[in-house]
Amino acid sequence: MDEFSRLSLHVPEPAVRPGDQPDFSNVKIPKAGSVPRPEVDVEPEAIRDLAYSIIRVLNREGEAVGPWAGLLSDEELLTGLRHMMLLRAFDARMLMAQRQGKTSFYMQHLGEEAVSCAFRRALRKGDMNFPTYRQAGLLIADDYPMVDMMNQIFSNELDPCHGRQLPVMYTSKEHGFFTISGNLATQYVQAVGWAMASAIKNDTRIAAGWIGDGSTAESDFHSSLVFASTYKAPVILNIVNNQWAISTFQGIARGGSGTFAARGLGFGIPALRVDGNDYLAVYAVARWAAKRARRNLGPTLIEYVTYRVGAHSTSDDPSAYRPKTESEAWPLGDPVLRLKKHLILRGAWSDERHAQAEAEIMDQVIQAQKEAESHGTLHAGGRPSVRDIFEGVYAEMPPHIRRQRQKAGY
Amino acid sequence: MARMTMIEAVRSAMDVSMGRDEDVVVFGEDVGYFGGVFRCTQGLQAKYGKTRCFDAPISESGIVGTAIGMAAYGLKPCVEIQFADYMYPAYDQLTQEAARIRYRSNGDFTCPIVVRMPTGGGIFGGQTHSQSPEALFTHVCGLKVIVPSNPYDAKGLLISAIEDPDPVMFLEPKRLYNGPFDGHHERPVTPWSKHELGDVPEGHYSIPIGKAEIRRKGSTVTVIAYGTMVHVALAAVEETGIDAEVIDLRSLLPLDLETIVQSVTKTGRCVVVHEATLTSGFGGELVALVQEHCFYHLEAPVVRVTGWDTPYPHAQEWDYFPGPARVGRALTEAMEA
Repeated sequence: MDEFSRLSLHVPEPAVRPGDQPDFSNVKIPKAGSVPRPEVDVEPEAIRDLAYSIIRVLNREGEAVGPWAGLLSDEELLTGLRHMMLLRAFDARMLMAQRQGKTSFYMQHLGEEAVSCAFRRALRKGDMNFPTYRQAGLLIADDYPMVDMMNQIFSNELDPCHGRQLPVMYTSKEHGFFTISGNLATQYVQAVGWAMASAIKNDTRIAAGWIGDGSTAESDFHSSLVFASTYKAPVILNIVNNQWAISTFQGIARGGSGTFAARGLGFGIPALRVDGNDYLAVYAVARWAAKRARRNLGPTLIEYVTYRVGAHSTSDDPSAYRPKTESEAWPLGDPVLRLKKHLILRGAWSDERHAQAEAEIMDQVIQAQKEAESHGTLHAGGRPSVRDIFEGVYAEMPPHIRRQRQKAGY
Repeated sequence: MARMTMIEAVRSAMDVSMGRDEDVVVFGEDVGYFGGVFRCTQGLQAKYGKTRCFDAPISESGIVGTAIGMAAYGLKPCVEIQFADYMYPAYDQLTQEAARIRYRSNGDFTCPIVVRMPTGGGIFGGQTHSQSPEALFTHVCGLKVIVPSNPYDAKGLLISAIEDPDPVMFLEPKRLYNGPFDGHHERPVTPWSKHELGDVPEGHYSIPIGKAEIRRKGSTVTVIAYGTMVHVALAAVEETGIDAEVIDLRSLLPLDLETIVQSVTKTGRCVVVHEATLTSGFGGELVALVQEHCFYHLEAPVVRVTGWDTPYPHAQEWDYFPGPARVGRALTEAMEA
């Protein structure tokens, strides 16, 4: 007999499937406040543990504890709560608008609001994000006009993208928000390039790349880490681990490595894992990474541990691939409720004020929607011109596109 | 005026551009300290410093991806892909990102990058150092595609490419780097120093993108070529004694259709030549355009001379490469039809 038996292929499976009891026993959650806060010029090798732990500030009782706490005032936290509530209300209205046929497609942030809303507040004006489609909080928290977001979603006559791009693929250079591609991972290495350019020009601005757990499997993720590491680019490389890539659980992309953050260690990039549903923790870690970048110490990799409560997009039904009650079992809770609880504990907020704010915010979103809809929705009212198909492919329209535009009757 | 090889002309274009505009940066595999495997960037790092000309990791998607990010910042990156055959890992970044950033953002962001790459065969480079992938770029709306055939054009067009507000693919026929190779591999190549198009101004000048050049005036048949095939076609015309008009496209996208139509309308016959494979090659587009615009002037079917529809072989290079004998036969075929 040969000492080796026949080979077999390992295909990872999530712990549970539809019909099973949700089980997050594999998500090891350390106590809030228990993870140390190193100096920003720490050697990456000295903080390897941070790639396997979870930095948390808010504890179960709603208190802000430990070395990452204490950075934000009542007023800043109330602003953060308002941003998350705005994003949630915006999502609810746009999801409904999609179901009403006012747009073809929508992607919501439910459960992940803290990640982009808190991160934006750790950056400065002039810094540049290279976002995916689930970071609209970067715009909301920078006071980008909500009506313009809706105009883009409705592809109406005021759509900043002139009807050329899928809904939610916003762009705003002014607000540090690079045009969303819709492809996965491609923008991650572009963020590194932007940061390299800033360093080449001896500027003070920094960049942030965004990627999901699933698309870390793309080769662009690898090349991003190589370039960021080699040139010590002033970039924050964010991984939003929301557990699901459409229907594929995060184990398919993660493979045998302990965490996504740990992927940074082989590149000598400091890698931190943070509670993505904890506004205070996200802000604190983002600010730490931004400080590192601004001090020319190079890139930081951050994994946000969170949960995609909603569907991937309006085109899939999560109950077909995961237990219906899974989101309720998610052990890191809801980012809005956690911050609300903390603010009440601080004496800066109350249930009554929260309910009142919810109503006011919904009214604000509905007013914005009315205004946007007065300029048209996908199939009704004002729409971009057919000429817009042909414009803007190049700075100057070449003769062959001009001929085609004329052929189309424009 | 100086006498320059195509390598020196390309280098001079980058040198002049970097000297005039501090936002021009050059990087790629081996391009920094060493100056590139074909030496096109030799001396640029020493002259402009290593943050403006530097070595990149072996990651074409990373090179183009970071260049796109730099362009979004406001720089004008001119990057080198060591061989056109290595560009495939960057194809996603080129087609879905670089080519569409202006369009999808309605001009909020733009992508003024140049991607240089040595292209074509004739150096016994086998399958992975001989390809001509231009049609993979001309099929992508939002890119511009240039293939120069001589040092003078290479410099003027590369300067235009670097100054262009949109992404430009700059394919340098590597067999032309040192002289106007006409396909006669059995003979020594004439150096550019003995060719009038090796006369290159040392300073700044530019050649507009999208304008072809007639290399030989003729009356009986039009040859449409670019890159190395311009010189092969000129040799074939010389050897057959057919009074052909030879058009050097220089820019494939945008294309100078006017020059093509004027010539074919006059001659009534047309031969299209390229090194790349036949099926779905750029020649197919050229033939379709000639048919659409010159049908009632044509005296004969349009003939294509191209590489065979096989991978580029190694030992059989000269049976694969469309040399002057094959182009000559095509000219005769077009004349006798």
